[in-house]
Amino acid sequence: MLEILNACKTFNAGTVNEKVALNGLELKLNDGDFVTVIGGNGAGKSTMLNAICGVWPLDMGKILIDGQDVTRLPEYKRAAFLGRVFQDPMTGTAATMGIDENLAMAARRGASRGLAWGITKKESEAYYRLVKSLDLGLEDRMSSKVGLLSGGQRQAITLLMATLKKPKLLLLDEHTAALDPKTAAKVLALSDKIVHENNLTTLMITHNMKDAIKYGNRLIMMYEGRIIYDVRGAEKSALHVSDLLARFEQVSDGSFANDRMLLS
Amino acid sequence: MLNPAALFGALPGAVAQGIIWGIMALGVYMTFKILDFADMTVDATMATGGAIGVMLVIAGVNPALALLFSFVGGLLCGTVTGLLHTVLGIPSILSGILTQFALWSVNLVIMGKANTPLSVDKYPLIVTLRDIPRSILVSGLIAVAVVLLFYWYFGTEQGSSIRATGANIAMARAQGVNTDFIKVLTLALSNGLVALSGGLLAQYQGFADVSMGRGAIVIGLAAVVIGEVLGTAILRKHLNFMGRLVFTACGGVVYYIVLQIVLWLRLPTDYTKMFTAIIVAVFLSVPYLKGKYFKKNLKKEAQTHA
Repeated sequence: MLEILNACKTFNAGTVNEKVALNGLELKLNDGDFVTVIGGNGAGKSTMLNAICGVWPLDMGKILIDGQDVTRLPEYKRAAFLGRVFQDPMTGTAATMGIDENLAMAARRGASRGLAWGITKKESEAYYRLVKSLDLGLEDRMSSKVGLLSGGQRQAITLLMATLKKPKLLLLDEHTAALDPKTAAKVLALSDKIVHENNLTTLMITHNMKDAIKYGNRLIMMYEGRIIYDVRGAEKSALHVSDLLARFEQVSDGSFANDRMLLS
Repeated sequence: MLNPAALFGALPGAVAQGIIWGIMALGVYMTFKILDFADMTVDATMATGGAIGVMLVIAGVNPALALLFSFVGGLLCGTVTGLLHTVLGIPSILSGILTQFALWSVNLVIMGKANTPLSVDKYPLIVTLRDIPRSILVSGLIAVAVVLLFYWYFGTEQGSSIRATGANIAMARAQGVNTDFIKVLTLALSNGLVALSGGLLAQYQGFADVSMGRGAIVIGLAAVVIGEVLGTAILRKHLNFMGRLVFTACGGVVYYIVLQIVLWLRLPTDYTKMFTAIIVAVFLSVPYLKGKYFKKNLKKEAQTHA
């Protein structure tokens, strides 16, 4: 479903702030893979997701989605294949538009937008049922501006938006990191449910190693712009946080001890 | 002696001119409020619309049709600013200033001189200060049509994309909106509207002048903020999108009525622009200051709850 071939990206090349973010990254996802991604700060996790989305062009390498080379496609065109939920709850939704209007925007992802109504009555009814299924009581506030919702509510709506039109690939970029623990757990459970119900190929970055082990069928660990550990299936579910920590120690010569990873 | 009759005599003229500026303000609303782009192009587009309109009418084109060409001219002006910004990566404000600067020459070329008179005695102008009631009716009808079209358009898929781009560009891109195209499109439409209003203004006042739009962005913003304040005061929570559009158009009228009162009071008109700027600055700063004040309250609340 997704293939990343020898992806390289250096930020601020030739300056004192030079940062090699992706260093020959290789990754191949199978249809229906739910992959959790872990790694320290600056390991290249978010950079990998941004590269897939086309936020900026790669220095080198190729990205294929469902066999199609998207390396040169602009971000808005790749959006047709991708569902995204961001770390910051503010990023995924338009604050000054209603819940229904935000969903209607997502429903037209990948389609051309002309002079037909931005949202139809039939759609509104479908969105009502969809939002009701979240069980957050938001279905009675469908036309409320999303800016009035809490961070967790906004992430739940963003999750619906990302999966409303079944994406070829769902990208979750630490989407529960900015939420309080209780809400984070709720949103995470919801994500898991949606991924399984729709059998979505998913990449989920997380700082929580327990979650990384608990969710998905495959786990990858990144370090200095590359994947240094890749486990799946039974081997993955048998992992313990201590195993992952030991791995980190091994590759980072102990420097990892300072990372906030330890805190989670 | 202040003569109330003089004021009342002058009010209809202020209303007619205010409606024309209200149409211009709707163009500003489109970029400034919806797209979140402070477009400086409009200062020159106003004159471009006037110049195109006047020259075409003199050349024998029907004055109403000439307005349509003014609109098209405005579309082109906005497109230039949009391309400078999206294709060449020039900061938004500067893109507008560059186009505005260049248009000064373009406007001179269109007219061949700095000022071109247009007599209502020779041409069948659709608005003129010689027939104010009809001017109010005609410009009022145009304003209503613009508001209705505006309201319909921003309910369409394309209009929703513009709103999303203005509200959250990252979200718009993630939902597959070509945000560069949307920016160019919105700037084009906005400047088209401003040029149309410039064409109307030229017919109304009976001439086009290269400097007729100087400071238009500030007057447009004044109309937008006056409209918003009035709308919020009168409709409060019920101020919807349609209300905002209507009040923006009315903002132009209120601005010109206030200006007329200032003239009537024989206050020094040299200060008009300064007062306009101050009004706009005050109203633009209100949301920021409110946010700051509100945050302080939140902190206090947190402390009392702790």
